Amino acid sequence: MTLAEMRPGSAAKVARLRGEGAVKRRIMDMGITKGTEIAVRRVAPLGDPVEVTVRGYELSLRKDEAAKIEMEG
Amino acid sequence: MAVKIALAGNPNSGKTTLFNALTGSSQYVGNWPGVTVEKKDGLLGGDPETVVQDLPGIYSLSPYSLEERVSRKYLVEEKPDAILNIVDGTNIERNLYLSTQLAELGIPMVMAVNMMDVVRKNGDKIDFARIGKALGCEVAGISALKKEGGMEAALKAASLARSGGKPKEAPHVFSGSVEHAIAHIEETIQGRVPSRSIRWFAIKIFERDREVIKDLGIGVGEMKHLEEHIRDCEKELDDDAESIITNQRYEFIKNLTGNAIARSEARKNRASLSDRIDRIVTNRILALPIFVLALCAMWWLAVAENGPGTILTDWANDGFLGDGWHVPFTTHECAADGKYKGMEFEDAQGVFARKDVSKSKWEEAYLEKANEGKPDGEKLEEMPEEIDEAVAKTVVAKGVFVEDEETGEPVAKECDCEKCSAVREAGEECEGCGCGCGEPELWDVDYAAYKEAAEWEEPDPSDFGVWVPGIGALIGAGLEKAGVGETVASLVNDGAWGGVATVLGFVPVIFIVFLFLAFLEDCGYMARVAFIMDRLFRKFGLSGKSFIPMIVGKGCGVPAVMAARTIENERDRRMTVILATFIPCGAKTVIIAMFAALFFREQWWIAALMDVIGIAVIVLGGVALKKSRAFAGEAAPFVMELPAYHMPTLGGIWRHTWTRLKGYMLKAGLIIFPACVFLWFIMNFDFKFNLVGEEGIDRSMLATMGGWIAWLLAPLGFGTWQGAAASVSAEIAKEQATATLGLVAANMDGVSTAAHITNLFGSFVPACVPEVSKAAVAKLTALSFMVFNLFIPPCMVAIAVTFREMGSKAWGWFAVAFQLFVGYVLAMSIYQIGLLANGCGFGFWTGAAVLADLFCLWMVFRPARKAAAE
Repeated sequence: MTLAEMRPGSAAKVARLRGEGAVKRRIMDMGITKGTEIAVRRVAPLGDPVEVTVRGYELSLRKDEAAKIEMEG
Repeated sequence: MAVKIALAGNPNSGKTTLFNALTGSSQYVGNWPGVTVEKKDGLLGGDPETVVQDLPGIYSLSPYSLEERVSRKYLVEEKPDAILNIVDGTNIERNLYLSTQLAELGIPMVMAVNMMDVVRKNGDKIDFARIGKALGCEVAGISALKKEGGMEAALKAASLARSGGKPKEAPHVFSGSVEHAIAHIEETIQGRVPSRSIRWFAIKIFERDREVIKDLGIGVGEMKHLEEHIRDCEKELDDDAESIITNQRYEFIKNLTGNAIARSEARKNRASLSDRIDRIVTNRILALPIFVLALCAMWWLAVAENGPGTILTDWANDGFLGDGWHVPFTTHECAADGKYKGMEFEDAQGVFARKDVSKSKWEEAYLEKANEGKPDGEKLEEMPEEIDEAVAKTVVAKGVFVEDEETGEPVAKECDCEKCSAVREAGEECEGCGCGCGEPELWDVDYAAYKEAAEWEEPDPSDFGVWVPGIGALIGAGLEKAGVGETVASLVNDGAWGGVATVLGFVPVIFIVFLFLAFLEDCGYMARVAFIMDRLFRKFGLSGKSFIPMIVGKGCGVPAVMAARTIENERDRRMTVILATFIPCGAKTVIIAMFAALFFREQWWIAALMDVIGIAVIVLGGVALKKSRAFAGEAAPFVMELPAYHMPTLGGIWRHTWTRLKGYMLKAGLIIFPACVFLWFIMNFDFKFNLVGEEGIDRSMLATMGGWIAWLLAPLGFGTWQGAAASVSAEIAKEQATATLGLVAANMDGVSTAAHITNLFGSFVPACVPEVSKAAVAKLTALSFMVFNLFIPPCMVAIAVTFREMGSKAWGWFAVAFQLFVGYVLAMSIYQIGLLANGCGFGFWTGAAVLADLFCLWMVFRPARKAAAE
């Protein structure tokens, strides 16, 4: 399962990050690394992007980018 | 020599607040060379020996974003003497991630943990000593907002910079095998990099940072040797080098904060205030209405017809900078004895306008009659002292009227007969109610009426309230007193002062827009705007935040272009700047109103059509630009923090607004002022430098130069000096197009300016058009002229801020060229295709228009460029 498929209100740990280059680095720089717990808060009114809580703060990312983050379980 | 302290930290960590508190009024805002990322310098507490330099807010020192590259370059190449690292104490894990990277640079560093007031309120405790020991720097708790400890931390950094002491050894945050590989790399590059930052360079090489490898000139063979060590680590840890470094940094921080921070239990489970606000403002149903409401609020504040922005702008232009103004609440009916007694000021002005026009029209008629049959040499040029009573009695000026300022047509009759007011109250048009309301007001002036009219003097505004003369009026009066000639007076008053007034006239609207934007940004709502609108805008290459400049642009393009500053991504920002001014602004609305009244009475939808064209150009232009070489490349990641909401401070908002205003006045003003003076000069002087004035505009340099470039406009249907002169003069301010048209058309047949202009466009119709279609083609030419002036580059002031916001001359010219192309092709297509439909054959320019349109379609619909190879 990827982060893009998670429902608002659910939480899980990061299993693996796919992709490379700027987008992946940016995701990691923002604190989404292997084993980090991510909680999905809500989806934007037009269906994209999504808002998540990671390392105690709120982050928004597009579904394209969230689809690169594989979650445990 | 002055020491330099770099202020570095995450966005939203309170960096700006601290920078403002540290530097007070001694700051300078500009761009980093060649890019539009903000560069701010200031003196620490006004001390010329200590310079504080604010770096862009960044999360990391990766090579991928522009802000990060700018910061890296500064830190590595400009070598600040110390770093003041500001860290958000309420969000410490992610903030320390940057700190671990800064610590590796080997520059003396002081860490200021900000927002301690909130940390304390939350009941959390932070062990500064432990963090300081782990990262090898001094740590102090501060609250930039409450002005606690910030200056002390900065002074500590300054004394650290002065002592020049070696910083403590950089923290070893990585696991054994990674540290081993880094040590190998350090050995290889020793001597090639400044010894203090060697660890930073080594880690970057481990990450295979292309920029660093290129800059250090590490050859393929050498890299191959280093690669072995890197690959060993990657194999051992089953991940790529970049991920290993990031993961281990965060692991290091997690261990550190686990020990150094005691979080209060109560807070862990409670929904934060920000979360509760977000439940409403980013709610599926409520988000868009709330956003629209916020936009409406800004619209009303800044540019709505009766909003504070417009009132202030009018006051600034007509009152403060112009003739003068009445102090509010002191106005009253005319108290002085005389003809105006008991009238309001506006009514008195209206009465005088009628008397004035009666007088001058009758005088015209008298001169004509008196000169009848006289040889050229004896003709009267102006009214003689003695009026020939016999002639005067026979002179009647017929159909005299006051011209509407916008359309040049006779103003409609106003009356307040009872029947009329009843109809008006019912909300209906009062035409046909029997008293002529709403119909053009025309009257005849005979000799008796003339004598009566001549007795009226201009109403004295000081009879109607406390009157403060405007600066323009004062300069005029001063020049008159000094007794300078007409040419000099015009140069100073209309030329130089006119240029200054143009620059200053935009101040109120910029001020209000930025006051509002600063509030939205500082409170945290702006990030939510991007969150809400991103889906819609990224399709045509813009950001969710691009919506705001475009809405502001409906009122005025100048603050719109400047508002693009809120967009972080440089590519999105440049695109927004290029496109935002296509929305017809308030001044362009004046052109639309005039043309709608003169040519498109039956086409009520013409004004709306202009907005639709504007939006279409933005959407299609965005798609086309996105596919062009200039904007192609990998899409910027949209991984964005949604910062916690907080109440902005008045001081913060004020400073934000003031720096923008100052930047506009000093930087943009330097371009606008000379350009305005130049345009004014060529409009008012001929090539022998004689003052020709408004009436002599056909002899001005502008007219001559207009003749030179007229052929360029021939494919658009108005390739005459009049069309060129009106379009060029519109660059001072767009509404000038209508004023100049009125002036240059003055020698056409017709009684009113409106009729002059209609006839002018009639005279543009080419011979190939059959008689029946002549009127239609005149309209078509008018439409082409209007579209051209609406969609070519905006007024000079907007162009000046475009150049400033684009960050480089090349980008500025690109924007202007793009806008010129769009305006030209739109006008040419409308005219040429209309001409074809009206019976002129398929000519060279018809073909050119079709080709240009096909080119545009191709630009929009061609397949997207492949993203730059990674």
